[in-house]
Amino acid sequence: MDSMSDLAPVDEAELAAILRDRCAARDPVWIKGGGTRIAPRRDAVLDLTRLSGVVTYEPGEMTLIARAGTSLTQIREMLAAEGQALAFDPPDVRGMTGRGGESTIGGVVAANASGPRRLFAGACRDHLLGVRFVDGQGRRLKNGGRVMKNVTGLDLSKLLAGSFGTLGVLTEVALKTLPAAHDQATLQFDAPTEADALALFCAALATPFEVSGAAWHGGTAWLRIEGLPAQLTYRRDRLLALLDRKGAQVLDAAATATRWQDLRDVHHFQGAMPLWRLLVKPTDAPRIADALRGLGGDLSLDWGGGLIWYAGPAAPADLRELVPHATLIRPAGLTASIFPAPAGPVARLSQGLRRSFDPAGILNPGLMDG
Amino acid sequence: MSSIVMPQPDERILSRAPQIVAALRQALPDDAVISDLVETRAYECDALTAYRCPPLAVVLPRSTAEVAAAMRVCADMGVPVVPRGAGTSLAGGALPTADCVVIGTMRLNSFLEIDTQNRFARVQTGVTNLSVSAELEPLGFFYAPDPSSQLACTIAGNIAMNSGGAHCLKYGVTTNNLMGATVVLTTGEVIELGGPEMGPQGLDLLGLLCGSEGQLGIVTEAVLKILPRPEGARPVLIGFDDAEVAGECVARIIRSGILPVAIEYMDEPCLRAVEAFARAGYPKCAAVLIVEVEGSAQEISDQIARIRAIADALNPVEFRESRNADEALAIWKGRKSAFGAMGVLGDYICLDGTVPVGQLPFTLRRIGELSRHHGLEVANVFHAGDGNMHPLILFNANEPGQLERAEAFGGDILRLCVEVGGCLTGEHGVGIEKRDLMSTQYGPDDLAIQMEVKDVFDPQWLLNPAKVFPLDASQPFRERVA
Repeated sequence: MDSMSDLAPVDEAELAAILRDRCAARDPVWIKGGGTRIAPRRDAVLDLTRLSGVVTYEPGEMTLIARAGTSLTQIREMLAAEGQALAFDPPDVRGMTGRGGESTIGGVVAANASGPRRLFAGACRDHLLGVRFVDGQGRRLKNGGRVMKNVTGLDLSKLLAGSFGTLGVLTEVALKTLPAAHDQATLQFDAPTEADALALFCAALATPFEVSGAAWHGGTAWLRIEGLPAQLTYRRDRLLALLDRKGAQVLDAAATATRWQDLRDVHHFQGAMPLWRLLVKPTDAPRIADALRGLGGDLSLDWGGGLIWYAGPAAPADLRELVPHATLIRPAGLTASIFPAPAGPVARLSQGLRRSFDPAGILNPGLMDG
Repeated sequence: MSSIVMPQPDERILSRAPQIVAALRQALPDDAVISDLVETRAYECDALTAYRCPPLAVVLPRSTAEVAAAMRVCADMGVPVVPRGAGTSLAGGALPTADCVVIGTMRLNSFLEIDTQNRFARVQTGVTNLSVSAELEPLGFFYAPDPSSQLACTIAGNIAMNSGGAHCLKYGVTTNNLMGATVVLTTGEVIELGGPEMGPQGLDLLGLLCGSEGQLGIVTEAVLKILPRPEGARPVLIGFDDAEVAGECVARIIRSGILPVAIEYMDEPCLRAVEAFARAGYPKCAAVLIVEVEGSAQEISDQIARIRAIADALNPVEFRESRNADEALAIWKGRKSAFGAMGVLGDYICLDGTVPVGQLPFTLRRIGELSRHHGLEVANVFHAGDGNMHPLILFNANEPGQLERAEAFGGDILRLCVEVGGCLTGEHGVGIEKRDLMSTQYGPDDLAIQMEVKDVFDPQWLLNPAKVFPLDASQPFRERVA
């Protein structure tokens, strides 16, 4: 084992012992699941891939419990064999980040990573039933559970989701699984501008036809529909009639699968440019897109306009002036922080939470501080 | 008479009551402060009516700024604050103490913005749950969480308790439908969490706040996710002569890939009570399921055909399909009157534990045994698709000792829920009711980290103290600041 990954606990007890020691010594660790998202810094790497394995999977209860280091691919395949899926369809981020590795389910939860279906099905955190984790003092903790409705005490599971390891090291996650779509299709439209795309999205998403994807890039807009065979035909016909656009095409299930996997993984923006993720009010997207184009580079839309992917050379300060929360997914040489620093009372609360979970500041120090 | 203990009120606060009321009156409009005992008595309890205590004063602000002003006065003078929506909590979440100020949200009742393009509604949180969907109906939209108290309960209370409802199998609970919140902190500072964007960005403080039972702040405005109304919905009724087979039917429906909006379950004691009360015409059998599906007429027929095929393989006593709106209403009639029907039989405690769906048959059998052990009747009516049980324990409040027996029985059921892999409360919240059972579900460190989180938001422990966390566990935190 190389020196970068000299910390590789085999179970939660060993992980807790490591973190107790590191806490006492105020010696930071850099948490690594599959290593697909964020480059480790100089600190010691805490490799979680040996904390792997499915604890329980009950398709009739739509419940999966897996150790944090379990590979996402393994989970996808296991669910698919039962006709189920993770409804938030986490992306394969390797093309976006330009990194290798193999995504783990703990990494997915720590990043609250959610694909195009987030628009309809909610984010990863909405499907998270409970967590086990070790905090920065080495305390072994649990929150939530394995059932779908649970309001017992404070919801720390939500807080842990998307905290990128800064509050605790996830060891086990319980997720809701859902039936995979029986059948799916994509409606493809010409939409030269973002404004054209938004008009389509707003009209389609105001219908009860459960559009589960609404994305745009390079003058083409796509809407995904799903359902039982009769549902799918009905939804397709009603949407085509309602949207009434010339030249609309319908992609079949196989083409739909490929199209949305590419959109999910932001296949169109692999390469050497920095890649940014911007969350905006959907109808603000055309205005922001115009401004982004002024800064150079290219952009695409997902989540019905609520998510802008921007690949380009813009200066971080300019981007964050436009969209304060802009997140840097692929630095490509930029030295800017990945996340912006919170401000005001929210910053005080965030720092207070970090001190409660990690008083010695040893977990991914600096990552979410801007 | 009742067994849940609240801490003694702080004499130092009670002795300063006139000054506290005067300070509130100075900071707020005259009609926003109530301190007359005749009037404060209206706020002495919520829907857990066995526990009552008039507060020192009640404040009814009309704006976020007024909530902040009241909060500043209370923080400066060290007075506990009990936030209150409509007071429909079944867990004692809004129970006052004699030394507290109740801050009620009912005058925060404006709709601020409805945006169908971006699919959200921004409201003041004193609006009722049902009024949100009513406001949205002409626009073809609705707000999904639908707790059974939706006519009265407020969005503020829904957020505090992370309320669910019958339709959350498909649409999720409040936390899945809440996009943003304006929050008044104990310092009187106002923060905005989330908004019309599909966040969260940074730490998910909104997710932490939702369901925090008034422990972290008071939410005065909310951005709610709104959904296009489905074209139609239709229930079917399926009767079984074996409760376990009914449970199996639930699991098979879920596995089949159909996602109904609701799967409701009623057992034999419940069916008997409902029949006597509402004459819903339900079959006489061990268990009835009501399964509702949504969509266009053809989509509904298609899904019902699939459900029928699943049920038929399990030999149901009856499979009743609603062919029109009247028949649909008839199917729902008994379920919707279940709580009323129980009320006719006597007093009852409504529990709220959740179990893994696969554990439903065992849990029901064990509840039956516990019922014989405690000598009290129990009826079960619940959301089967997500395992959220509502056992109703029947007792006679006028007979000494019965409430305590019913509470002991309830405690046994909730411990059972935890033992089989579930939790104490699926949608009602902990409040005072389940406060002292928390240590059956969580270890000392699990509770400590939750209290440390409260400490970050509320270092003086002024917000809804003596709730959610077992008293002995929270004592060091509360006494440190006293």
